[in-house]
Amino acid sequence: MSQRLAELAATTDLAADPVGFASDPWWLILFKAVLVFAFCVVMTLFAIWWERKVVAWMQMRIGPKHVGPQGLLQSLADGVKLAFKEDIIVKAADKPVYILAPVVSMVPAFMAFAVIPMGGQVSMFGHQTHLQLTDLPVGVLYILATASVGIYGIVLAGWSSGSTYPLLGSLRSTAQMISYEVAMGLSFAGVFLYSGSMSTSTIVGQQGDTWFAVLLPVSFIIYIVAMVGETNRAPFDLPEAEGELVGGFHTEYSSLKFALFFLAEYVNMVVVSSLATTLFLGGYRAPWPITAVWDGANSGWWTLLWYFLKVQLFLFLFIWLRGTLPRLRYDQFMRLGWKVLIPTSLVWLMLIATVRAMKNEGYDYRGIVLGIAGAIIAILVLSVVWDMFRGTDDEEEKAKAAQPPPGAPGAAEPFDPMAGGFPVPPLPGQELPPVPRRAVRRAEPVGAMVGNGNGTGSADDESATDATDKEV
Amino acid sequence: MNLYAPILALGGIAAAFGVVSLVAGALTGPKRYNRAKLEAYECGIEPTPQPAGGGRFPVKYYLTAMLFIIFDIEIVFLYPWAVYFDSLGIFGLVEMALFIATVFVAYAYLWRRGGLEWD
Repeated sequence: MSQRLAELAATTDLAADPVGFASDPWWLILFKAVLVFAFCVVMTLFAIWWERKVVAWMQMRIGPKHVGPQGLLQSLADGVKLAFKEDIIVKAADKPVYILAPVVSMVPAFMAFAVIPMGGQVSMFGHQTHLQLTDLPVGVLYILATASVGIYGIVLAGWSSGSTYPLLGSLRSTAQMISYEVAMGLSFAGVFLYSGSMSTSTIVGQQGDTWFAVLLPVSFIIYIVAMVGETNRAPFDLPEAEGELVGGFHTEYSSLKFALFFLAEYVNMVVVSSLATTLFLGGYRAPWPITAVWDGANSGWWTLLWYFLKVQLFLFLFIWLRGTLPRLRYDQFMRLGWKVLIPTSLVWLMLIATVRAMKNEGYDYRGIVLGIAGAIIAILVLSVVWDMFRGTDDEEEKAKAAQPPPGAPGAAEPFDPMAGGFPVPPLPGQELPPVPRRAVRRAEPVGAMVGNGNGTGSADDESATDATDKEV
Repeated sequence: MNLYAPILALGGIAAAFGVVSLVAGALTGPKRYNRAKLEAYECGIEPTPQPAGGGRFPVKYYLTAMLFIIFDIEIVFLYPWAVYFDSLGIFGLVEMALFIATVFVAYAYLWRRGGLEWD
């Protein structure tokens, strides 16, 4: 431990003049708390405007532009408008829970921000202090805890509305958030392994030389995916899929209660972006080309700038995803979480743990790399061999079955999916070519394949192919 | 304990903001009674009658919750291990590999039995 602390002292400029987090006077704590709160609210207003603007540009529209310069005050105006709307409490609602749910969902979102390091050590009213409200030895764990409490707000809102859509939306949202919290938590473990600490400021300090995004690329990617799932944002915004669930858990909410849910969502976005910055992108430290030419980049108030820019990067990523990707289906979404992200992060964690343990034991670096590469290639070869034995029988059979025998009426004209330069559906008498996908593992219902093989009716063939496609 | 006081301060500010918003929303907005407005919203059709006592949740949500607990506990064991990994050495690595393998058996069983299907 002491060696690690010495290492930390060498890499951080904080340690040059260490000021404890517990040494702030009470008025400074209060002032910083107000600042953090104001920062979150302003970031929310800004992010809503920025999101509308960017999505508008992506869709070749202009976006909000009338209220304030470039429409910057649009979200503030929307907030004021919401305040003057009727505060409806539906008849079937469980009143106390219904009223308190927005607050329950909003407060933890703000509280998570307390341990986010927004900058290094600065002087505030003659006091040396950190641009971080407080620093816990279990900082990241604390953020996970507040995120879990925030889920209560959503599930209570859906349940207490006494209405079908909100209930379904909140259940979905809960299932989604807890599923992705597992992947998120597993991606943190790699960071703890490298930093030897759960405190956010120590983790930032440990990234003096190399960002953890470079050392732990897989953890970083898994965290990025999980963070979008965790905040219920597109393409994972199934709880608010307006085509099926209207507004999801906040369908029955109006006026400022609705605004509070909105606030919670955007503050959560800022929190997870800040966490990504802190854990993987070196927090408030300047990126390397700048530190190489300018020594002062990592000191004082400048650190706030780097933090802010990195968070903006992630907020833009959120908006970009929303502007680009269609929403996932529920089963696709859960499959991604449980069958891809969780096993991948477990295997990755064991991999980096092995590498680190071998390094600690003093093994040769090249030997480790060769060993790992050999293991990966062996696994790949095994999986290819496994695929060859597994795929052949099923796929060939299906391809044969889908092609009507020559001379049958269905085979008269081959189907050209791009006839005339545009994608077109098959005409009557034509049929879709078999989709080159893996066979379904589950046994298909007996009726589904009856139409195939005898080559009598192409309509049957089509519906059978459709049914198969949906199941794959 | 002093480290936790700022968290309470921030939580207090946020809660105060929330409560003030709730009160303000109730005071500033208009009140125009309309029976249909107070019904549950179901895109204009007659709302489905809600079962007494809140009804039941589909059982697959409980399944998801239980899965979550299994993996969450795994994570709870992983964190302290990861923090003190360097001082545990090879012993710690082997121990954790055994533990993860044990959980992995349960995971494989669950996958095979269709616990991870959400159609």
